[in-house]
Amino acid sequence: MDNRLRVLRAERNWSQQDLAQRLDVSRQSVNAIETGKYDPSLPLAFRISELFDLAIEDIFVSPSRHSSKAI
Amino acid sequence: MTARALRTAAWKRYNLRIIWLSLLYCAFLLPAVYGFKHHLITGAAAWIAAVLPALPIIGIFGAMGRYLVEEPDEYVRMLTVRQMLWAMGFTLSCATIWGFLDNFGLVGHVDGYWIVVLWYFGQAIGSIANRVTLGDGRC
Repeated sequence: MDNRLRVLRAERNWSQQDLAQRLDVSRQSVNAIETGKYDPSLPLAFRISELFDLAIEDIFVSPSRHSSKAI
Repeated sequence: MTARALRTAAWKRYNLRIIWLSLLYCAFLLPAVYGFKHHLITGAAAWIAAVLPALPIIGIFGAMGRYLVEEPDEYVRMLTVRQMLWAMGFTLSCATIWGFLDNFGLVGHVDGYWIVVLWYFGQAIGSIANRVTLGDGRC
């Protein structure tokens, strides 16, 4: 799933490890989410959105909307 | 991605359990082998002595389940589940092929506990599959 996590993290000058510690997950998790290789669960997506003080849809791109735009 | 970074607290607890269960396995197996070799164990005691080494191995399966429950990192948990699915598929496939080869008299019988060895080999295959497809893996 496409997302803005890398951009949001860069805006705050956080490394992947910094973000991982704030979310209480491994750095590998952050990397996998950023690169779209892993879609976080809803509880983790909420933790991410609360950390950045943004709505989930402001961070993650809805796959259905993304595909409809492509069409 | 290094395997080292995926060693969470739950993973360390799992490894500690595996070490204790492995020691228990040796403590049960060595006397059983000695006892049977020298015909010291008979009757009900023989049944108990033969089954005892299997119990720590069963405990290892339980430790794996416990690890999945205790692992707080959902991505690491997913990697582990994928690894276990690879191990299960590999083990069942090998057992099925060997079963038919055995049935048609092309190969000899193999002791059932080798299934566990195959399972661990399958875990290594699963780790490689995780590395290839996701870039992360743990051996």
